[in-house]
Amino acid sequence: MALSTSRRAINQFIKPLSSSVYATRRLTSDSTATITVETSLPFTAHNIDPPSRSITTSPNELMTFFSDMAEMRRMEIAADSLYKAKLIRGFCHLYDGQEAVAVGMESAITRKDCIITAYRDHCIFLGRGGTLLESFAELMGRKEGCSRGKGGSMHFYKKEGGFYGGHGIVGAQVPLGIGLAFAQKYSKEEYVTFAMYGDGAANQGQLFEALNMAALWDLPAILVCENNHYGMGTAEWRAAKSPAYYKRGDYVPGLKVDGMDVFAVKQACKFAKEHALKNGPIILEMDTYRYHGHSMSDPGSTYRTRDEISGVRQERDPIERIRKLILAHDIATEKELKDIEKEKRKIVDEAIAKAKESPMPDPSELFTNVYVKGFGVEACGADRKEVRATLP
Amino acid sequence: MAAIIQGIGAATALTSPNSLDIKKSFLSISPRSLSVRKGSSFVVSSDGRLSYGLNGRGGRAEHFITNAVAAKEDTAAASTSSKPGHELLLFEALREGLEEEMDRDPTVCVMGEDVGHYGGSYKVTKGLAPKYGDLRVLDTPIAENSFTGMGIGAAMTGLRPVVEGMNMGFLLLAFNQISNNCGMLHYTSGGQFKIPIVIRGPGGVGRQLGAEHSQRLESYFQSIPGIQMVACSTPYNAKGLMKAAIRSDNPVILFEHVLLYNLKERIQDEEYVLNLEEAEMVRPGEHVTILTYSRMRYHVMQAAKTLVNKGYDPEVIDIRSLKPFDLYTIGKSVKKTHRVLIVEECMRTGGIGASLTAAITENFHDYLDAPIVCLSSQDVPTPYAGTLENWTVVQPPQIVTAVEQLCQ
Repeated sequence: MALSTSRRAINQFIKPLSSSVYATRRLTSDSTATITVETSLPFTAHNIDPPSRSITTSPNELMTFFSDMAEMRRMEIAADSLYKAKLIRGFCHLYDGQEAVAVGMESAITRKDCIITAYRDHCIFLGRGGTLLESFAELMGRKEGCSRGKGGSMHFYKKEGGFYGGHGIVGAQVPLGIGLAFAQKYSKEEYVTFAMYGDGAANQGQLFEALNMAALWDLPAILVCENNHYGMGTAEWRAAKSPAYYKRGDYVPGLKVDGMDVFAVKQACKFAKEHALKNGPIILEMDTYRYHGHSMSDPGSTYRTRDEISGVRQERDPIERIRKLILAHDIATEKELKDIEKEKRKIVDEAIAKAKESPMPDPSELFTNVYVKGFGVEACGADRKEVRATLP
Repeated sequence: MAAIIQGIGAATALTSPNSLDIKKSFLSISPRSLSVRKGSSFVVSSDGRLSYGLNGRGGRAEHFITNAVAAKEDTAAASTSSKPGHELLLFEALREGLEEEMDRDPTVCVMGEDVGHYGGSYKVTKGLAPKYGDLRVLDTPIAENSFTGMGIGAAMTGLRPVVEGMNMGFLLLAFNQISNNCGMLHYTSGGQFKIPIVIRGPGGVGRQLGAEHSQRLESYFQSIPGIQMVACSTPYNAKGLMKAAIRSDNPVILFEHVLLYNLKERIQDEEYVLNLEEAEMVRPGEHVTILTYSRMRYHVMQAAKTLVNKGYDPEVIDIRSLKPFDLYTIGKSVKKTHRVLIVEECMRTGGIGASLTAAITENFHDYLDAPIVCLSSQDVPTPYAGTLENWTVVQPPQIVTAVEQLCQ
């Protein structure tokens, strides 16, 4: 998806400079030549030997990362405007700033591995194969949404993509994730489950219960704590006695990862998958940051300074990091990258326009999918005499 | 009249240690149960029910058990042949149903506290762990919230877990998982995931178990959209409902009762699956419809003995399906008798009886000659002292008085 667009974009805009430069440029962008990068920080490990800091990648992969993250960023910014225009209602939790976690994780695993997360799920949905149209339609409550308009921002699911949601209650998705891992172990498939939660949810009891069970039965579960340092409006040091979430597993090994560095995330997830298949659960703490507030109703500036936010944006932004790498290795020019971002803006706007045209669900959809077809009750109208719908 | 005589003979058998012989339901079709459904203001969809789990035998009527207990004459006839079927206790019936389903479908697994090596605190899962292995009959730590969540997550991928709560009251800890994830995931995912989980366990008031171990969770769970609730009361319906619940693609909560595990009954050898949404006609009658479920069925049948002696003819229906209610069977009965008495173990406030009263009043108001009387447990925590505990639940003399007052 993203790769072909970027390739086309690059080829379109390569200026005919001196032939040797031209040739070199074509070579690096089209080839799968390997580039070695080092993660920005070393991994900090608990009860395990950390993986290596140097990772091999290719120009293709770099461009894919850039493109995917740009699309996610664009989608979240657009969702922000839609919310302010009252087209999205209720709760809307935006992921911008944390894209590296979604993209890095996706690049290390297959679609048969399962991911389950909480309510900050738009970008992970996209990573798992969700389309922009399904996203925006669901956010606006339209029929073409991924959950037929009946879930909303916090309930994105994609069964074919191995994405199990999308859950509103903090921490409740972790036992579900352990259940996914249990099913994978039960059916003896060699796949893993990534159960994601935030630093706020890390204080939930059910997490430790789930961790205990996963460790007891060696389930292929990877618990990923996306530590953006704020549990809604409360900073992590005010909510947790020990904010070293990767150590909280005690007997379960843990790894602390720079969540703004997509390569660190990719390396950690690959490492974790190998570990989980052999030895059972592992905790990954992704040190990341969200630029928006907790949700659209939170300005995000009452509990942290604007300087902090802009500081992180300047120094650690995941997209900027990839941009610098791409420019440093001469894979594309500044203008080409800007054009990719413009392209993303265009497709996002197109998706929004299409989603706006999508109809609202029928009234009969109120009663569909309550039970699986073949069972159910009848619903009568307010006068209780006339049957209004037969539940499938 | 024949029914009344049968009822007397049957009721005496009931009060002794419960050895129940039942007629094969397929053989006895009471003509009353085949009454044609006239056009009524409430239309009940029977599509789902007919097509599901009836082993190809059409017709709902054939599954009525016209008598919970057999009359003496019939047992004499049956015993000349070498007593078909086999006798077992209710917990063994549950185990049999579970085992048959686990044999039939490799995705069925059990999880709960002490279900594996210990064999289940009420012996429902005894012998299953050595047979199927520790992964299929999983001993969980004492973490209801997360192992129920784990079962739901496993169900999302296609497994069919049977989660046991050692006592239904402990599932309060898992309420979030049951309400939000179990009940609602099929809906909020737009139909992408189905949750074919069975959550079962004993509840109800036992023998001086104390307030926290005597809870009736059916009243708390009944509002959750997307789940089905059934309550078993005899070995026959326990096995049938267990199998139906496991085969159902919807989440089903199966309520058992602590005091009913040692009921003995003779059930058939052939495989059978009952209908989850159907009520059971325990004793047909003419004067009053008594609706009940679980343990209160036995209090009602005991009261029925006294009532019959006094000349009343109560119709007793074990509603079995607590969500959704089988308003077809109930409605037919109300139209015949015009008087309803609900006897339940839930508390007065917000219990199953309260919802049932509302449902019947809304739909069958024109057919009622008297207001619906609902006998429920008192709105108090269940006390420890034996006498107080007896006064918390409905006792047979109260049922008799209520019927007498209703039928004036």
